[in-house]
Amino acid sequence: MSLLNTVPEMVLTTKVDQLLNWTRKSSLWYMLFGLACCAIEMMQTGGPRSDLDRFGMAPRATPRVSDLMIVAGTLTLKMALRTKVLYEQMPDPKYVLSMGSCSNCGGLFQLAYSVCDGVDKVIPVDVYVPGCPPRPEALTEGLLLLQKKMMQERWLVREPQLRTDAVRA
Amino acid sequence: MSLELEFADGRDVFATEDMVLNMGPQHPSTHGVLRFIIRADGEVMRSAKADVGYLHRSIEKIAEKVGWHGFMPYTDRVDYVAAMTTNQAWAMAAEVLGGVTVPRRGEYCRVIAAELGRICSHLLAAGAMGMDIGAITPFTHAVRERELINDLLEELCGARLTFNYMRIGGVAWDLPPGFGAKVLRFLDHFEPYVDELDDLLSGNKIYIERLANVAVVSRERAIAYNLVGPNLRASGVKYDIRKHLPYSVYPEFDFEVPIGEGRHGSVGDCWDRYIVRLHEMRQSARILRQAIDGLPEGPVIAKVPRNYKPAAGEVHVHVETPRGDQSWYVVADGTEYPYRVHIRTGSFAAMAMIEELSRGLMIADLVALIASFDIVAPEVDR
Amino acid sequence: MNTAAIQQFLHERFGAAVGPVESARLFDYVEVDPSAVEEVALVLRDHPDLAFDCLNNLSGCDRPTRGRIQITYELFSYVHRHAFVMKVGARRDRPEVRTVERVWPAANWLEREIYDLLGVIFLGHSDLRRLLLPDDWVGYPLRKDYVEAPEYHGISTVRESALKLSERR
Repeated sequence: MSLLNTVPEMVLTTKVDQLLNWTRKSSLWYMLFGLACCAIEMMQTGGPRSDLDRFGMAPRATPRVSDLMIVAGTLTLKMALRTKVLYEQMPDPKYVLSMGSCSNCGGLFQLAYSVCDGVDKVIPVDVYVPGCPPRPEALTEGLLLLQKKMMQERWLVREPQLRTDAVRA
Repeated sequence: MSLELEFADGRDVFATEDMVLNMGPQHPSTHGVLRFIIRADGEVMRSAKADVGYLHRSIEKIAEKVGWHGFMPYTDRVDYVAAMTTNQAWAMAAEVLGGVTVPRRGEYCRVIAAELGRICSHLLAAGAMGMDIGAITPFTHAVRERELINDLLEELCGARLTFNYMRIGGVAWDLPPGFGAKVLRFLDHFEPYVDELDDLLSGNKIYIERLANVAVVSRERAIAYNLVGPNLRASGVKYDIRKHLPYSVYPEFDFEVPIGEGRHGSVGDCWDRYIVRLHEMRQSARILRQAIDGLPEGPVIAKVPRNYKPAAGEVHVHVETPRGDQSWYVVADGTEYPYRVHIRTGSFAAMAMIEELSRGLMIADLVALIASFDIVAPEVDR
Repeated sequence: MNTAAIQQFLHERFGAAVGPVESARLFDYVEVDPSAVEEVALVLRDHPDLAFDCLNNLSGCDRPTRGRIQITYELFSYVHRHAFVMKVGARRDRPEVRTVERVWPAANWLEREIYDLLGVIFLGHSDLRRLLLPDDWVGYPLRKDYVEAPEYHGISTVRESALKLSERR
């Protein structure tokens, strides 16, 4: 007789890792870090039509209680130093989503003298969302990708630096 | 036992000192990346010094590198909340220098696009104003309505936010079939909604308490600091570029210029600045109806060479954006690149005034003040 | 009043410090000596027939061929609803101009912006600091001979092309 037939129907079996990941991904609190144009689209994404709340995501005002930093907009050199400080204030495990061409690679503003060409020069990035600015649907997809990535993590056998290999050099 | 009024080192136990507080650049209510260094005595500010430039993207320098046509997408990003009007300003500057005349239908398309953008921007301003002083619901309402305009503009030019719709000499595409009817249907829905927002927000007791008589800007100070647009009109100056320095086809439309009346406090307080924007949305709806009614037939863009080279000269162009008179100073030297572009925006002037206004306000009032000026960070920094 | 009448009025009062009416093709302007600009500005603001109560725009433009940094004052009067443009040419090797901050408070930030981006020193300004760029920035980017620095606080300002990056892998 198999084990599955002996337990009642309301019980689900899972791995501890997966349970942990499921709880983490279902309450992904993101820090409001709107820098430029993309911030408006980020606000619209959080608004009633695309409604990020249904993925358990809630905006937070401070990095100290956030899991995710959505870098939405052009990162200037003046701001880049601050971004690093804010990232360091976030508690582990922390994720970064780079939203829009500017924070991916400088985008339109690669010609500028005062813009940092890509947030990945300052902090490690997990997901890049292309677009100028990305539509709310694109941002939502990026966030779902991030959730997918979180589900693949192994916490119980994790080595401290395991996550960083996913970051593009 | 005697009462000790001094510490061991001789300091008075009741002595107080000013507190220095940092607000921003990452702060949920600063509307983009702005930073204030506040010197406060308890809750009352002695002064708030603004530190800007966290979004300085060297747009003026880029203009010198990308040429006349190529600069159009960058103008979207000068003021991303209302990109259409900034598009229009740049197109107008280049047209005046090159002596290009825009076809009438092109001008009408511009007005329709620009007024939709103005409603979009004022909606966000009114919604964010509520949110910043603690009323979340109006914001979600405003964003919901904004999505409808975004859909319209997306149909018009394929983008929701950074449109790149206008061209030197006209607009990129004609209105899609049935667009006018869709705009009218939207207006039928939208005009009652503005009244709803008015009912929900404007008369709310807490809202009035937080905004009336806060940060009053007199007529003289507003002019001296060169406040423009709704901020200036809230102080009682009836001056709108669309009316008093007319451009495009605005003289053909019938609309009013609302000014602050100090209904709940003094003329030029935060509440007045809010209500002027609300009234302007109604006026924009009026202009839209007339523009769609009188839409002429014909081409939408004049023939402009790909290699655009206006003759050497300088020009000042003024356009009424949702944040007021945007003044462009453009220098051409007869080549295919602009020699110098300088943009003086409405937010820049408002931001410069905050230090003077902040004296004696509560820290929480600073948030209301920023929201009432409707400051958009890239407009300050460019 | 039009530009010619204003020029005549100012020329009678200030003599050689106020130049003749010149044309920039689309508008006329008057050149004013850098040291006299504050006195001229005061008259422009306070004389009841002129009443230029608003400094609408203040822009700088680098002209290396003329050895000048040209500063354009665009004035507007809400009383008479008329406009006037005056220009001041600051020497490129020693760019010094009197401030008009005490005449029009709006000039405070506009002058700081010109100092920041073009390096013009406004004599008598109450708070002449960089406005947009960080305090430790080197150079004045809107000058025509500005050379971009290769890095800022260890962040390189050049981004390698993504195409080259994929070739390397």
